[in-house]
Amino acid sequence: MKTQELIRCLAADGATTPPSVRLNFASALGLGALLALTAMLLTLGARPDFAAALHTWRFTFKFLVTGLLGIMAVRACRMAWRPDAHFQTLDWMSVLAAPAILLGAVGVELGTVPHAVWLARLVGSNSMVCLMAIPALALTPLALLLFVMRQGAPRSPVGAGALAGLASAAIAATAYAAHCPDDSPLFVAVWYTLGTLLVVAAGALAGRTWLRW
Amino acid sequence: MNSPEDDWSKWMRAANAGDEAAYRQVLAAFVPILREFARRTLLRYGRGPEDVEDVVQETLLAIHLKRQTWDGKRPILPWVKAIARNKLIDGLRRQGFRQSVPIDDVIDLLPAAETEAELSGAELERLLGRLQGRQAEVVRAISLEGISIREVGLRLGISEGAVRVALHRGLKSLASAYGEQNP
Repeated sequence: MKTQELIRCLAADGATTPPSVRLNFASALGLGALLALTAMLLTLGARPDFAAALHTWRFTFKFLVTGLLGIMAVRACRMAWRPDAHFQTLDWMSVLAAPAILLGAVGVELGTVPHAVWLARLVGSNSMVCLMAIPALALTPLALLLFVMRQGAPRSPVGAGALAGLASAAIAATAYAAHCPDDSPLFVAVWYTLGTLLVVAAGALAGRTWLRW
Repeated sequence: MNSPEDDWSKWMRAANAGDEAAYRQVLAAFVPILREFARRTLLRYGRGPEDVEDVVQETLLAIHLKRQTWDGKRPILPWVKAIARNKLIDGLRRQGFRQSVPIDDVIDLLPAAETEAELSGAELERLLGRLQGRQAEVVRAISLEGISIREVGLRLGISEGAVRVALHRGLKSLASAYGEQNP
């Protein structure tokens, strides 16, 4: 077929507007977060002392870290589905802001809590639930985000998938934090991070095949 | 003074708002750039010019199907090049596995732009041959004969909406068929 003839076809098809990835992305994000939160409340439930815990810095700090991670990951994700995605140093640094703050809190925890308690705080009381809950709750948001990003044309399918995983994990972790009885930054730094990395890996793997275009 | 890129951005925005003439104009404007880009890159990889038009056409299809991924506030040329780059890499990867059919080295012998407008891609022709039923009829009628959606509908005895659906699906199948092995 001549290129000219192809252009004729494309122009004739121009009136069929493709779906707006930008709008669908926002819907997928909202729906994913809502479903993850609902799933958490229905299965695990918020912890009994939720209101009282809000007055302790360690409990509220968890939401600060997961929330900040979520905002930054979503921001990066919104760029990643474009073919001309261009990440500046500042964009990478913004994604690393939450891990950096968490690391700082770990330092504070180690400096203020006696040696003898470190291990107990790190191991916590329900690390396995945490390790399973974050990937499980992240599954729906991840599937929704990947589904929408497939309509895009990500410059790096693996990278875009990983970022979708990071955003979903942050959503899941924020929801899970309301249930989690372990508040020590030591616990968060180990188990939340492990759970998040599992989802990031799953996202990257899915992106490799699913987000190719 | 408007730079060409400003014009392309303007046309593309109009196209995304449903202006068919502007769309045709901007796609035609992309072609020489895509050709040059493909020719140079293929050369750098030690490939001859015989695959240039295939790359151009595959890129045009991707530009068409992914045109929502252009952010109207950003420059359009980097976006076009990013899509071309992706399709070139795809094509080169495929060539690692597929034996390329030798085609006469005619492209270098064509000097004038008006002759270039007549260039065709062997790959798309092959894929079009594999397209089935109504999709094939609609794509052929519009591309080869250049008749309008309405006329195609009248000829096939189907609604304009049905023609549009068949055309869109046909183009999507063509775009995703690149890289599939011969049956």
